[in-house]
Amino acid sequence: MRKTLAGLTAVAVLTMTACAGARGGSGAVAEPPKKDDKLTLTVFSKYSDREEREVTKALNTFRSKFPNIEIKHEGNQDDDKITGAVRGGNPPDVAMTFMTDNLGQFCSSGSWQNLKGYIERDKIDLNVIPQAVRDYTDFKGTRCALPMLADVYGLFYNKDLLAAAGVTEIPKTTDQLLEAAKRLTQKNPDGSIKVAGFLPSMPFYNNQAHIWAPSWGARYLDANGRSALAGSAEWKAMFEFQRKLVDFYGYDNLERFRAGLGQEYSADHAFQQGKLAMIVDGEYRTAFIADQSPGISFGTAPFPHSAARPDRADGAFATGTVIGIPKGAKNAGAAWELIKHMSLETDTLVNLSNAIKNVPSTDAALKDPRLQVTPQFKTFIDLYGGGKLWSNPPTPIGDAHLKAVNDFAAEWQAGRVANLDEGLKKVDQQINDALAQSGR
Amino acid sequence: MTATLERAAVAPAPRRTARPRARNRWTVLAFLSPAIVGFVVFFAYPLIATAYFSFTRYDLINPPQWIGFENYVRMFTSEPLVKVAAWNTLWLVVVLTVARVIFALGVASVIARLRSGVGVIRTLCYLPSLAPPVAATLVFSFLLNPEFGPVNAFLNFVGISSPLWFSDPLWSKPALTLLVLWGSGELMIIILAALLDVPQEQYEAAELDGANALRRFWHITLPTISPVLMFGVVNSIIFALQFFTQAVVAGSVASGTADVAGSTKILGFPQNSTLTYPMWLYTQGFRYFNMGYAAAMAVLLFAVSFVFTAILVRQMRRASHVEEGA
Repeated sequence: MRKTLAGLTAVAVLTMTACAGARGGSGAVAEPPKKDDKLTLTVFSKYSDREEREVTKALNTFRSKFPNIEIKHEGNQDDDKITGAVRGGNPPDVAMTFMTDNLGQFCSSGSWQNLKGYIERDKIDLNVIPQAVRDYTDFKGTRCALPMLADVYGLFYNKDLLAAAGVTEIPKTTDQLLEAAKRLTQKNPDGSIKVAGFLPSMPFYNNQAHIWAPSWGARYLDANGRSALAGSAEWKAMFEFQRKLVDFYGYDNLERFRAGLGQEYSADHAFQQGKLAMIVDGEYRTAFIADQSPGISFGTAPFPHSAARPDRADGAFATGTVIGIPKGAKNAGAAWELIKHMSLETDTLVNLSNAIKNVPSTDAALKDPRLQVTPQFKTFIDLYGGGKLWSNPPTPIGDAHLKAVNDFAAEWQAGRVANLDEGLKKVDQQINDALAQSGR
Repeated sequence: MTATLERAAVAPAPRRTARPRARNRWTVLAFLSPAIVGFVVFFAYPLIATAYFSFTRYDLINPPQWIGFENYVRMFTSEPLVKVAAWNTLWLVVVLTVARVIFALGVASVIARLRSGVGVIRTLCYLPSLAPPVAATLVFSFLLNPEFGPVNAFLNFVGISSPLWFSDPLWSKPALTLLVLWGSGELMIIILAALLDVPQEQYEAAELDGANALRRFWHITLPTISPVLMFGVVNSIIFALQFFTQAVVAGSVASGTADVAGSTKILGFPQNSTLTYPMWLYTQGFRYFNMGYAAAMAVLLFAVSFVFTAILVRQMRRASHVEEGA
């Protein structure tokens, strides 16, 4: 019996170790397909519904170059499914993800192929993409993805509510934002909140620490790639701003108000319902408003910056969809051609941007006259071209560092953190522990 | 017996009986093989693999690297959320198990005494358990919505300060418990069947002896249905230890991200109060690609489940023996 068990264990261990392949990242390249090659490219993305249909249309424009290549686009595929497919030996040829936070893991593990060889072979000039966007598609020198459209975040304001409250100047600094939020807030006779000027609750909608942070100049990692929030004047200023606004509303009052707000991507979104006078959000909100709440009179502006960091004026947080070739892709050469088509071709980017209202990720597409730019959307085009974009640093721990800071923000706003510095030290420990555990 | 002895007395050399015995063994093995294959493939191999991975750093893509007890050390020392998740799950194990069994027993006892409309009421009580967990949680999120939910509207109407339910870290787990109780019709039906199986003569005899309802329940009903209650307890503990879907959906709705096509769910909302152990395990393994650590968590979960169940089964057996002896 003992021998049988030992045998079974040995077989199991051998099988397990044999399951995994060698670490990728060599930058090897596959030949491009010939004009008349007949094959099917499978594409995984997380797009759904309207956006999935539009992306499928854009993918199919690739057939103008390779008429015999079929595109099989499978939407609603998240990163877990992509990784599962890679592990199962049946990966898609091309993968797209919105979770740029996983890129560090994809690049460092070799789960997505290093594109260096392809970029060098085809002499691709990546300078057509802004630095911040290049940053979130590269991990420690390994580029395993290219950006395919970008999301830029700014301030949305309800013009009617601002006019009714006599707020004529759009806040440019966070102090002005605080004052405007107070003036714009309306209360019911029982003291509960009817309209909030600006919601400080975190994490909720796009009130996420990493989206606010660039306006205060707050960074997640130091030059050594370690978490260094404690002792940072910028993080401290950001959390103190949040606390001032929470204290203005009263935490319980604020929570009761927040708990009744609608879902982020439904027509019940509180900004679209006129319950929030100002919000921070991505440029895609303009499409949702046009689709779901066309009656709202709204404007957009750069998100206010901390007065202590004037250099962050007209800056913004940026992220976006990234596209790459998973390890083991059967048609890697054709997949690379499709990636170039989707991420660098001006026509594709302009049409896709017009369809799903994301910011096109290259300079040429950004300046293309065919780009449909409403005054509200223009804010984001300008922010993107302004060169003051900040993005999340890719790490090998997914979004664990973002969750740690958001969790802290939730505790902080609830008044459960006595000492801000001590609290941030614990967050640093937590993030650094996770980074150490990853071994990369 | 005589025939056997006679056959043994005239038995030829052992070689001649060895063949049928061997053939018999192979036949038995052949019949057992589907179960053995299932056991090895779906239980033994994953169990051994999990135990092995728990001693490694493994990102699901590259070969695992042996790191000894590092994952376990981290789990018990420096990783804060595993403790939060374990506490939430322990809370659910204790409260859900007790509440679920008592609730199902209570409802079943009432139905067992009904004289008319039993079929309709039994069906109404059972139906919620057929609702898919995601749909049931969405419905509950609507019912308990602090702004426009009918439950809070009623509470406000009668002058009771209404809780924020899934949006309040203090109320989120009790709200999940209510959701589970609403869907515990399956256990209720099993207990009801056991209650209806209790011999009526015993009740009649006890009544003649002057036993009141409580004594009859304590000395007749409870011992008779104790194996079913034990099943209910073990089943509820395992259910609570694996609690995942409802917590994810409730947290997503409360955080306003239920309909997000591409964004990340805010796990454990609010303030990690709904972050259960299996959720954190899944997150570590498949979202942070930290499969070695997730495997260590899984080993601990397996050990705890095993110990919980073993102690419980032993206690219940002992209790039923004592009762039988008495």
